[in-house]
Amino acid sequence: MISTRRIENGILTATTIVGALLWIFPLYWAFVTSIRSEERVVSEEAGLLPDEFNLSSYIDVILNTQLLNWYLNSIVTSVIITLVVIVSGMMCAYAISQMRFPGRRLLYGVVLASFMIPSQALVVTQFILMNSLGFINTWAGIILPQLIIPVVIIVYKQFFDAVPKEMREAVVLDGGGEYTLLFRIYLPLNWGITTALAIITFIMAWNQFLWPFLVVTTEDMMTIPVGITQVNDAFGVFYARLMSVALLGAMPVALAYLIFQKKVTEAVMISSGVKG
Amino acid sequence: MLHNRRKHVAIAISLVAPFVLTFSLVFLWPAIRVVELSFTSGPLIGAGEWVGLENYRRLLSDNLFYTSLKNNGYFILLTVVPTTALALAIALMINRLSGRLQAAMLALFFLPYILPVSVVTMIWTWMLDFQFGILQPVFTFFTGKPVPVFKNPYWVMPMIAVVTIWWTNGFNVLLFIAGLRNIPQELYEAAALDGATGRQQFLRLTWPLLWPVTALVLTLQLILQLKIFDQVYLMSGGGPFNSSYVLLLMVYREAFQLNHGGYASAVALVLFVIIMAVSVLQFQILKIGGRR
Repeated sequence: MISTRRIENGILTATTIVGALLWIFPLYWAFVTSIRSEERVVSEEAGLLPDEFNLSSYIDVILNTQLLNWYLNSIVTSVIITLVVIVSGMMCAYAISQMRFPGRRLLYGVVLASFMIPSQALVVTQFILMNSLGFINTWAGIILPQLIIPVVIIVYKQFFDAVPKEMREAVVLDGGGEYTLLFRIYLPLNWGITTALAIITFIMAWNQFLWPFLVVTTEDMMTIPVGITQVNDAFGVFYARLMSVALLGAMPVALAYLIFQKKVTEAVMISSGVKG
Repeated sequence: MLHNRRKHVAIAISLVAPFVLTFSLVFLWPAIRVVELSFTSGPLIGAGEWVGLENYRRLLSDNLFYTSLKNNGYFILLTVVPTTALALAIALMINRLSGRLQAAMLALFFLPYILPVSVVTMIWTWMLDFQFGILQPVFTFFTGKPVPVFKNPYWVMPMIAVVTIWWTNGFNVLLFIAGLRNIPQELYEAAALDGATGRQQFLRLTWPLLWPVTALVLTLQLILQLKIFDQVYLMSGGGPFNSSYVLLLMVYREAFQLNHGGYASAVALVLFVIIMAVSVLQFQILKIGGRR
């Protein structure tokens, strides 16, 4: 009895591992392609295993495209978006959660409602707005419409609501104001959720395609996800180069994910309302 | 006291101001403007004439609009239920494992989710390349010849669906795993003592307790897949013969390529209304799920 159970378990585990390896195969294949020469990529003998370690495609795309510019645009815009979204979201959530002021309920209602509004439906008028502000092809134009992530406020509010009132009273007795409370008590107490939200916001901002694609028309102002689609036009279809640029484009978020894996999982679970 | 109260409100306002100002500028204002614009014949940039419901009337007789609606629907059929079922299966498999192996397997299934869409489409375009694609032997095996998938009206939507599922499924797997971890272990121990088989445990315990998460995943997917644009634009551009033309692509084409700001806004609003309706539906379903 026990042995059949064991065999069954073994088969299931093996199936999972094989499934996961098949699932990740496209990334493996992109890597193998990227370290081959273009001739090798399309030759008959090219097999499934990495048989060459040729970095010429990587060097070529770094030297002959605007990749470094795109990195710079992506880094600057994603970092600013993350900082502003987290700080302004935290402040707003703190006021809604801990303070009494007219319009508080209305504000929270608006936040909850805007959670459901697809920003994609607004791209036309957002573009018109950015155009009239003169922000087409600028970092400001890429950043501004991405600053509204209502879920950050919703998550922060839930966490601030759960902070014990006694901590608040102690600080107030010592003469501390609301800003002191927020930055010395509420923020440090919620440091975990702050980093989780920051990482997921950064990854989302980095990966954003539609909006940067619309608001940027010159190649030097593109972000990574938009810029790398130009490589196809620049080289024609050269797959080793395309896979090199794809992997270089994915590198920062892939590294961020691998380093902060636990935080990313945590953030995804929390921000979708399923607290683990 | 009154002074204190005023100061308190002033501080609160200073705390909410950054969000409220940005929100009003880049969200509220564009939202109001898109409604207004949809009643005009305006180009993308510049003033248009008020035409009342003309754009909507035109929409109802626009074949491309119906094609897009149909394609959006077809894409939803191809993705929503399959991705949910697949995510559940993967989550159940991963949940059996423990420790490092579990973490590693989860990471492998989740990794595609964090990739930029253009990276995903580049990799799959290479794998499905008509001449050199590593997946073409599979097509040859089943259909007898290689298939230019993104140029073939029958294959284009199913393949975009496959790519989308591969790209986004990690998120759903994670939600299911969170749901599975929330089920108290004692329930399984009790069930095992009562002699319940694995199959019975799944049908009587896991599945009912996992239903709220399932409903969440289904509706989140429904909303997400309604908004499909990036993959279609990058892989097929809506073709061939409009067989992958979708609503958001129509918004993009009308506004940014044909310079029909007003008409594009009308399409955007229709999409918006559909998504709002689904969101309300989601809210209701989750409420029912929560009551159980």
